[in-house]
Amino acid sequence: MTLDTITNAPTTDAKINATNVNVFYDETQALHDVSVAIPDRMVTAFIGPSGCGKSTFLRCINRMNDTIPICRVSGDITLDGQDIYAPHVDPVQLRAQVGMVFQKPNPFPKSIYDNVAYGPKIHGMAQNRQELDDIVEQALQRAALWDEVKDRLHTSGTGLSGGQQQRLCIARAIATRPETLLMDEPCSALDPIATAQIEELIQDLSSRFSVIIVTHSMQQAARVSQRTAFFHLGHLVEFGKTDDIFTRPSDDRTEAYITGRIG
Amino acid sequence: MNTDHILKAFDADLEKIQALLLRMGGLVEKALQDAMTALDKGDLDLAAKVIADDKAIDALEERIRQDVERVIALRAPTASDLRTVLSVLTMASTLERCGDYARNVAKRIHVLEEFRYASSLNSTVKRMAGTVASMLADALDSYVSGDVAKAQEVIAQDLEVDQLYNSMFRELLTHMMEDPRTIAPAMHLHFIAKNIERVGDHATNLSEQAIYLVTGTLPSDDRPKQDVTSVNLSGLRDDLRDG
Repeated sequence: MTLDTITNAPTTDAKINATNVNVFYDETQALHDVSVAIPDRMVTAFIGPSGCGKSTFLRCINRMNDTIPICRVSGDITLDGQDIYAPHVDPVQLRAQVGMVFQKPNPFPKSIYDNVAYGPKIHGMAQNRQELDDIVEQALQRAALWDEVKDRLHTSGTGLSGGQQQRLCIARAIATRPETLLMDEPCSALDPIATAQIEELIQDLSSRFSVIIVTHSMQQAARVSQRTAFFHLGHLVEFGKTDDIFTRPSDDRTEAYITGRIG
Repeated sequence: MNTDHILKAFDADLEKIQALLLRMGGLVEKALQDAMTALDKGDLDLAAKVIADDKAIDALEERIRQDVERVIALRAPTASDLRTVLSVLTMASTLERCGDYARNVAKRIHVLEEFRYASSLNSTVKRMAGTVASMLADALDSYVSGDVAKAQEVIAQDLEVDQLYNSMFRELLTHMMEDPRTIAPAMHLHFIAKNIERVGDHATNLSEQAIYLVTGTLPSDDRPKQDVTSVNLSGLRDDLRDG
């Protein structure tokens, strides 16, 4: 998928194709006919006011909504052309391929090493200790945390600073070698320096993964993403190049939201 | 976009920089008008006032620049808001330039006392100035009202100014060739005409900003240009020799 391809219709080279996705919580419809083609090796930002459906849609992509009993999803979502809601798909396996980082850093109350090693271990990715060490080191390197923690890998992950904890969670998410990384407001609990470090990391990761970030900060969306999707009242209003969305959005609702006229 | 921002102070900031721009536009229109009156009547006092008043135009440009800098730093404007601040900044710099042209016209008036006989020239300059003044006013109006069609009319009008300037250029050359004593005043009159012609060009730039503000893109720069003075000199020489 090239930088110029912008489409809501499915394309063969998109990483993720969503077609007519509807989500209901009981009788309440949270998403209406969302169709979008998420490109590979780019950062896509989901923006929109609270309750617009952006997090709901993000959680459809690794089937996190399966854990909510009243939640019902219809429509198609494919990852590399494979239907992720097909009966044979194991959600646990899917979540190894589609990693997720949450709003609040949530390291396990375990050592730094064990936090990162947990996923690779349960997915049987390492044959021996040396291989596991390598996976942990590589993940921490890619999360730009290795230099800060290499001498204290066996101390608790919860003892790190907020920014370090969030990078640890990113290391944990990428240790299972996913191809897609979902980030739900990953910087909202961080200070500006830690935020800048995470944003730099997101740029870096996008050379390898498809990254989708939900953010309330429009400036953050503008800084880190190449594609932006604007959600409003459960509809995907506009999907386009981030440059265009923030300079010449084509829908009045997008314009009103990004210029601070509707919340 | 008519709706107000949730943050009222942002609306106030944008209104303020636009109000300053319009005040600046008013001063520039007045400067041009006064310079032409001074030229017409040989009023050196009025010419001196135009020269002195240009400082107020320069000061407004600087104030707008500072305010725009502040809005960008504090409000991080996007989309139409961003175009508003960028267009205000560009237009302030354009208007400042127009003020300089009015001042330059005023500066040359005292040397034209002895060049009264060429009344056809003076009337051509006046026509040019009249057209340019209305272009300037219409350009600012089109900006305020977001009137793309009006802005496009201003751009089209520049052709007329260019044509007047060309005919004046030829006439001045003829005078200078016929009587070398007219060279000095004719050169000054030519600079006056050129300054006015440049204000016309800048009025089209203002109109382009009005279009940019509404549509998000600058109009293409392929409008017809009629300043051909750089190529018609040899033709004129032939005319004179044959005539």
